[in-house]
Amino acid sequence: MSQNAEKILDHQELFREPEYAKMIENKRALFENRVPAEELDRVIDWTKTAEYREKNFAREALTINPNKACQPLGAVFAAVGFEKTLPFVHGSQGCVAYYRSHFSRHFKEPTSCVSSSMTEDAAVFGGLNNMIDGLANAHALYKPKMIAVSTTCMAEVIGDDLNAFIKGAKEKGSVPADFDVTFAHTPAFVGSHTTGYDNVMKGIVEHFWDGKAGTVPKLERQENGSINFIGGFDGYTVGNIREIKRIFDLMGVDYTIFGDNSDVWDTPADGEFRMYDGGTTLEQAANAIHAKATISMQEFCTEKTLATIAAHGQEVKAFNHPVGIAGTDAFLQEVSRLTGKPIPEALTKERGRLVDAIGDSSAHIHGKKFAIYGDPDTCLGLASFILELGGEPTHILATNGNKVWAEKVEQLLASSPFGKNCHVYPGKDLWHLRSLLFTEPVDFMIGNTYGKYLERDTNTPLIRIGFPLFDRHHHHRYPVWGYQGSLNVLVWILDKIFDELDKDIVAGKNDISFDIIR
Amino acid sequence: MSTALAETPEDIKARNKQVIAEVLEAYPDKSAKRRAKHLNTYDAEKSECSVKSNIKSIPGVMTIRGCAYAGSKGVVWGPIKDMVHISHGPVGCGQYSWGSRRNYYVGTTGIDSFVTMQFTSDFQEKDIVFGGDKKLGKIIDEIQVLFPLNKGITIQSECPIGLIGDDIEAVAKAKSKQYDGKTIVPVRCEGFRGVSQSLGHHIANDAVRDWVFDKAGDKIAAFESTPYDVAIIGDYNIGGDAWSSRILLEEMGLRVIAQWSGDGSIAELEATPKAKLNILHCYRSMNYITRHMEEKFGIPWVEYNFFGPSKIEASLREIASHFDDKIKDGAERVIAKYKPLMQAVIDKYKPRLQGKKVMLFVGGLRPRHVIGAYEDLGMEVVGTGYEFGHNDDYQRTTHYVKDGTLIYDDVTGYEFEKFVERVQPDLVGSGIKEKYVFQKMGVPFRQMHSWDYSGPYHGYDGFAIFARDMDIAINAPVWKLAKAPWS
Repeated sequence: MSQNAEKILDHQELFREPEYAKMIENKRALFENRVPAEELDRVIDWTKTAEYREKNFAREALTINPNKACQPLGAVFAAVGFEKTLPFVHGSQGCVAYYRSHFSRHFKEPTSCVSSSMTEDAAVFGGLNNMIDGLANAHALYKPKMIAVSTTCMAEVIGDDLNAFIKGAKEKGSVPADFDVTFAHTPAFVGSHTTGYDNVMKGIVEHFWDGKAGTVPKLERQENGSINFIGGFDGYTVGNIREIKRIFDLMGVDYTIFGDNSDVWDTPADGEFRMYDGGTTLEQAANAIHAKATISMQEFCTEKTLATIAAHGQEVKAFNHPVGIAGTDAFLQEVSRLTGKPIPEALTKERGRLVDAIGDSSAHIHGKKFAIYGDPDTCLGLASFILELGGEPTHILATNGNKVWAEKVEQLLASSPFGKNCHVYPGKDLWHLRSLLFTEPVDFMIGNTYGKYLERDTNTPLIRIGFPLFDRHHHHRYPVWGYQGSLNVLVWILDKIFDELDKDIVAGKNDISFDIIR
Repeated sequence: MSTALAETPEDIKARNKQVIAEVLEAYPDKSAKRRAKHLNTYDAEKSECSVKSNIKSIPGVMTIRGCAYAGSKGVVWGPIKDMVHISHGPVGCGQYSWGSRRNYYVGTTGIDSFVTMQFTSDFQEKDIVFGGDKKLGKIIDEIQVLFPLNKGITIQSECPIGLIGDDIEAVAKAKSKQYDGKTIVPVRCEGFRGVSQSLGHHIANDAVRDWVFDKAGDKIAAFESTPYDVAIIGDYNIGGDAWSSRILLEEMGLRVIAQWSGDGSIAELEATPKAKLNILHCYRSMNYITRHMEEKFGIPWVEYNFFGPSKIEASLREIASHFDDKIKDGAERVIAKYKPLMQAVIDKYKPRLQGKKVMLFVGGLRPRHVIGAYEDLGMEVVGTGYEFGHNDDYQRTTHYVKDGTLIYDDVTGYEFEKFVERVQPDLVGSGIKEKYVFQKMGVPFRQMHSWDYSGPYHGYDGFAIFARDMDIAINAPVWKLAKAPWS
């Protein structure tokens, strides 16, 4: 009997108890037809070889442990950034259950989103009736100010036309004729979650600026000197958007955060559930047309959106998830140039403090090799910072990265002697990375939670930065942008380095360097 | 937060009736009519819960349900550890179900075990246009090269596969032939099929029947049978549940020759027809295959419930009743052995939990099976419902619930929030999508799908954890902090 009421064992300990270990081993020996131990060891060793790597990289059809999700996830992310906006996903309902779970596991927050619950009959006859009933139900129950419709692969394969369907539903009285229903086609078999983000943002821009699907006149742009800021799909959106607002406020910039989901994924626990909180108001979304310029923090999340905005006469500028001194400098200078507002002393001081922190700590990072994986922009931002810290990015991998991205990374690497031995892997997955880590080991990995399997297999310590982070709490509340955010990133990297230094210490055996001062 | 809004069963029934009427008022008429059939108050004089179930969710609401793919890949097939399960279609479904169900297993991941990996055909537009069969064939070839110790492959269809008319059965057959009769199982579990994950369970069970049993045919398992061979069916080993169950069965003298599907292997699936008794935990997800084994192989099956000492005790005796005195004595021995532990757990936690009211909304068997465990701790379940239950689940529920219990089938987010607001339970047990909603409202919560990353909850060892976790949830100091002293 393993349990004891006074000290109840959790699963981690319980199944290490001898009676369980024996039971599990007995099951394996008798009933599982398991692979003989020598054969198992042989194959384990083989998967670490250059030969295996070659076969692994020769894959053409199979994707293993990809580091990307599908468009509709990004669609929901973008939609919840607007005031009282309910994301409505047209397609089969199971998808929505997945998106809601995925976000809740990362943010530890509720995520509200409805589905049109299409089943076999809709597959045959189309989902128009689901749209008609669905919009009516969503509007009646959840009392949104706006509904943002996107699709799943099912609706896309059968070719449902959202524009026509929404018109049809309005004619049937599902929602009032002047109720804002934006839409974007977001097929899961094209691009990734970052594409879905882009499509929805573009859809929302077009809706508000181009006459709400032909129901009102298009807006006439009258430049007002403000700037729009678009964050892109970002796991740190709660901390980051707030940090960006703080920076803009310090600078006295007149700005609109276009798609501000920082509050809806960080509502207080005070006895009330807020289904909607914060968000860009619909008025702001419309007025954003009058801005002087739009800044996107993530180029590869906003290509179509920025093109659409540019076509409306605004200047657009995209960054690549800047982290660190150079990235933040460039961002602030651009904001300053666009708005004519000087960079205030307070921010210059923050910059100095970050430089100071780097000066204090970079000796521990200098020359260390890093593998970085994540979304294309995230990889660029983090790689740039690692170079500043004297670290050596060695593998940079984005499953949803393309050739253009790879070229951009190459350019960044060429700008620093620390980027000399680094390779870029667009379109590759985490099983490719496994081979890379065995054949060309690095000191640390930077990426999301899924890397913990690689950490276990290859003994490469994982610094958790990215999306999703399921196995750590509250990181999304901290910014990674700006000098303050960069300081957070620096601290997370250093914490891991210091933990590693002490990790294998055994008192009296190998504790020579068990220092209290680092 | 229990406030004695209603005392007698009649009061409770009247209140529940009113609560139901209130939530229905918020819907457009057509939807209110449809939803009305799914909401009720249990009347002890009736043999059913009197709710409709297993019907399409209404569009545009926050249903908690998943899809057929989730039922097949996510629940039934995914935990079979030595097979590679291909999420066939676009990248998302496999990504969202990757490692999220805590089906514990023992094995070397990526070498002879593959449960916490995501294999996908990552469909692109061209695959939709030209079909994905060729790609699928190539994927299987690549799996054979890179994962030579895999014992089989399943193809879990996502939505587009059925819509574009791919012939995954033909690919499976051809590749099986090419690889010396390797088990390659096509599963038509496209997400749009059926009304929830439930159909996915059924489809997955049928695939076991057609592509494992029928194919294995006269394959003989590599062990000598004994009169005490049983199979655990419908335990997914969430947090190790199947292990904390198995150990009791073995202690009473039975021999578990197969575990479905948590920590399961293809060899165990193939060996199951040699069992003398199939013991079924999750009736909803695996009754299909036990019924099939009864018809085809003459193997009887028995349902059991390993939540809480009362139900465990009854179940151990029920299982033992199918065997001789050796096993019956064994059951009594096991019951007696764990009695002091159970008493100690109850003595410790019951005073902290007595009288607390619980509302549940979960899947599978849990909306009824866990009720006894709560009662062992002096707690009361005042509302319950199934994500994807069928009529037979609600019939079975009548054996568990008290007169006046609020019953809600396929509850929507809106309804659930209103019910909790009005009934004011001390604890809600549901899933990740619901967790943070209720915690914001100041209601203690436990995830009753994933055990909130704790567990096991099955068996005697599991009950100790269950009791502690309910105490953690209900008696956490945080719930008293929600209101600022000045507000």
